[in-house]
Amino acid sequence: MNVTQIEKAVKEIYERVKSESLGEEEDMLINVLHKVQDHFGNFIPPEAAETLAELMDIPVSRIYEVLTFYTMFSTKPRGKYVIRVCESTPCHVTGGKAVVEALKEALGIDFNQTTEDGLFTLEYSSCLGLCGVAPVMMVNDMAYGNLTPERVKAIIEELRGGEAK
Amino acid sequence: MMPVAVVANTVLICAGGACISAGEKSVKQVFEEKLKEFALDSVVRVVETGCMGACNLGPLAVIYPEGIFYQKLTPQAAEEIVVEHLLKGRPVEKYLYKGPAGEVKAKAQEELPFFKRQVKIATRNLGVIDPTDIEEYIGRDGYFALMKALKEMTPEQVISEIKASGLRGRGGAGFPTGLKWDICRRNEADQKFIICNADEGDPGAFMDRSILEGDPHSILEGMAIGAYAISASKGFIYVRAEYPLAIERLNIAIKQAREYGFLGERVLGTDFSFDIEIRIGAGAFVCGEETALMASIEGERGQPRVKPPYPVESGLWGKPTVINNVETLANVPPIILKGSEWFASIGTETSKGTKVFALAGKVRNTGLVEVPMGITLRELIYEIGGGIPGGKRFKAVQTGGPSGGCIPADYLDVTVDYESLKELGTIMGSGGMVVMDEDDCMVDVAKFFLGFTVDESCGKCTPCREGTKVMYDILEKITSGEGTREDLEKLKELAQFISEASLCGLGQTAPNPVLSTMKYFWDEYVAHVEEKRCPAKRCKALIRYVIDPERCVGCTACARVCPVNAITGEVRKPHEIDPEICTRCGSCMEVCRFDAISKVSP
Repeated sequence: MNVTQIEKAVKEIYERVKSESLGEEEDMLINVLHKVQDHFGNFIPPEAAETLAELMDIPVSRIYEVLTFYTMFSTKPRGKYVIRVCESTPCHVTGGKAVVEALKEALGIDFNQTTEDGLFTLEYSSCLGLCGVAPVMMVNDMAYGNLTPERVKAIIEELRGGEAK
Repeated sequence: MMPVAVVANTVLICAGGACISAGEKSVKQVFEEKLKEFALDSVVRVVETGCMGACNLGPLAVIYPEGIFYQKLTPQAAEEIVVEHLLKGRPVEKYLYKGPAGEVKAKAQEELPFFKRQVKIATRNLGVIDPTDIEEYIGRDGYFALMKALKEMTPEQVISEIKASGLRGRGGAGFPTGLKWDICRRNEADQKFIICNADEGDPGAFMDRSILEGDPHSILEGMAIGAYAISASKGFIYVRAEYPLAIERLNIAIKQAREYGFLGERVLGTDFSFDIEIRIGAGAFVCGEETALMASIEGERGQPRVKPPYPVESGLWGKPTVINNVETLANVPPIILKGSEWFASIGTETSKGTKVFALAGKVRNTGLVEVPMGITLRELIYEIGGGIPGGKRFKAVQTGGPSGGCIPADYLDVTVDYESLKELGTIMGSGGMVVMDEDDCMVDVAKFFLGFTVDESCGKCTPCREGTKVMYDILEKITSGEGTREDLEKLKELAQFISEASLCGLGQTAPNPVLSTMKYFWDEYVAHVEEKRCPAKRCKALIRYVIDPERCVGCTACARVCPVNAITGEVRKPHEIDPEICTRCGSCMEVCRFDAISKVSP
């Protein structure tokens, strides 16, 4: 994607968010960043941040000040599937550690890394609120509960298999 | 509208987050396919509801009119239920709930203490209605409270009703809701705001998630009533990005409420105008703190500021703002509709009404329960929660998340209300209850929570940013067997300093898990530093795995599973583990069928 395309896409997203917002306030930054990130496949390219700064008439540093504060925004490309595994207390006491190990093994990566094929990024998540079926993880917007090392491996294999087809 | 057909059965499928993650979608699909195949789709309605509460039994479905409760469903089960139950009228026994002695409880919701003991106010519609259909909400008296408030009550009357009910904030601190509204009402301003704090972040708490997903209209109605009381024209719901389903259902609900005239210009034909917008978080726990939350809504870094001024004086964009928790708001419509006296008749002297608790961890029935304030921990954990699984011994229950503490077995008969929990050195918090058994090491638990705070500290003030890290490092030292008696003293000192000097609630309460575990499990800390022993046999550096030569038959299963080849021995002869090579992964213990492997400390 070249710079003009990025600029065009960011502009469209910005206008859309602005039209959906009820207020006049210049407070849509986080909402826009969410949409921009979704659009560019799980990260916010530098060109997009610059375009956004121009549109909102604020310094680029302001954009980065905000986006680097929140763990869900990424400045570097992430995999097609962002796996967020919960390691909060309820998941911890019900075998979360073993699940994390199994994930690392199945993916061959550590936290905050992306597999070479660009498919998976592994991240920690704060509590996902699905403690009744702990341990839990989310793959993009899909949650998986009652995890065991075996189940985790099966899920990864299934996602990989789906991609191979 | 479609012509109303005669409906023979209604299948309510729980589409709460937990059931979905356990495979609800494929179950529902088979239900619908099979019903169609047998031409039953015109007489059997399939409805996806919000969370039914019994998360460990999911995916769940209840078939009406009988109220037959099916658990742990699979696509295969759905097919059998359609063929046997819905077509031939014979409930399928193998998917019904069974008690500890194997007795079948077909109508579990009427029979089990887990359901029977509950008093549902905030969660009144969860698992009963389709959260994406406003008419089902209206059918359960939805928006009647808003109508009553707008048409029959002055804002002052609404406030005094809420005050008289004794409702207190369900998000943690327990501030009286009516008083908060009253102060905000008295502050003159050209604009005011009401915010719903749906940034539920405490590990182990998921009642807000379930209410947002299962009954989003109750939040909108609660907010509209609050807005009328304080004269706000605009509201925000700040939801965490970790809850995509809640966001989706809230969006649907807001759209419907606007169409029906419950939100927007001149609500229900009155002079009151009010609308709501959703703001999505981006993964920062500290945004649950109200001043940080407002900063985040304003599009800034979510960092807290000094209070006072409080939000009711100077909140969002400097305007008076009321911030209420999800569960608090869900309580508002029933109070307006049924009156403060009814609400105040439930609960204790100072803690009125009910509280939703999220049971998690080492407890048989995990999930959401709403019970009257003043219930004892024993009733909650044993009668409703079903006790500790696997024949293990109860050790402690953690309440209040990273701001709370652990309560040991000696206090199981304490009543659950704001004051008694505070006396025990913990807090009600948002209502998360993580149950721990004898296998959990309390030093490890404390370290775990500190690790959480270290990660989530926003970095603005030094005591929280640096202090919690130092505390964490000391705990790390203790759990790796290198702690000293002085470390324990230092921990206490730091804890006091951090709680006094931190800027916001996150830092001020961060040492609580350490302080409360030190208070009740001091011996365990001492064992770690003086005997280098972990009584729960959890801290890897302090344990060894050993094979009992009397029991070992030499099957070689352990040697084959060991990832580092630490186990040696000849076939049919007792094996041995080399502690120098062993990484304490525990795989050998899991595969041993002869109970020959155990953990020892030191």
